[in-house]
Amino acid sequence: MNFALTLPVEHGLVVATVLFLIGFTGVLVRRNVMFVLMSLEIMMNACGLAFVIAGAKWGQPDGQIMFMLILALAAAEVAVALGIVLQLSRRFDTLDVDAASELND
Amino acid sequence: MENILFYIAAGVAIASTVRVVTHNNASHALIYLIVSLLSVAVIFFLLGAPFAAALEIVVYAGAIVVLFLFVVMMLNLGRGSIQQENRWLRPSMWIGPGILTSVLFLVIVYVLSGRPEDVTSGVVVGPREVGAELFGPYLLAVELAGILLLASLVGAYHLGRRYMSDRRGDNS
Repeated sequence: MNFALTLPVEHGLVVATVLFLIGFTGVLVRRNVMFVLMSLEIMMNACGLAFVIAGAKWGQPDGQIMFMLILALAAAEVAVALGIVLQLSRRFDTLDVDAASELND
Repeated sequence: MENILFYIAAGVAIASTVRVVTHNNASHALIYLIVSLLSVAVIFFLLGAPFAAALEIVVYAGAIVVLFLFVVMMLNLGRGSIQQENRWLRPSMWIGPGILTSVLFLVIVYVLSGRPEDVTSGVVVGPREVGAELFGPYLLAVELAGILLLASLVGAYHLGRRYMSDRRGDNS
């Protein structure tokens, strides 16, 4: 078996971390719920990238399998979340997540 | 050489992802999100994970982003759609994603024109190994993912059905 991954694995993990942090920043600073959901997708995608990089480092399929499970999780999350977005826009007539903070009142 | 291709794809991924988060218009941001997912798929391909790359394009860029697009289109109905479409056809809408995607296109053309062993770093783990592992030791995880998808199907149907029936009630 040839385990020679010519790419330094740290560089791949740095890319995954940067993508994750961009998504995390998006969740923190954006108030439009569509952008919050897109940022969540970016974060999950970055996690999958880290798994695939680790799997490629050892030449094993486990990283890709974890990526597929993350993919299923992302699909399930986005289906439910977009249903909630439809309800939010119908009840509050806005896409601002702060408009739905009724628990404080 | 494959390291340079990786860094190009990684740069495209980071640039397009920054544009996703900083954009004002949801449709434009979705196009940049597609570019970001495509570049991550190129990274997967370069890392010797072609099956993960195909799944990234099919499921993320093909299914999840289209779901986003449906909701954006549904919520934008009736707000000066014609004017909006005219604005969307201006070059400033598609020139950024177009440039980034053409960079990715050049990378993938280079990869496909060369010998695969030249451009994939390390060992290639194809669909056969992934499938054998997935339905062997990871069978329980597959079952759990199926249950999760079923639960999300029921939840999405519940939320969306009430939206649809109320909307129909408003219109009639």
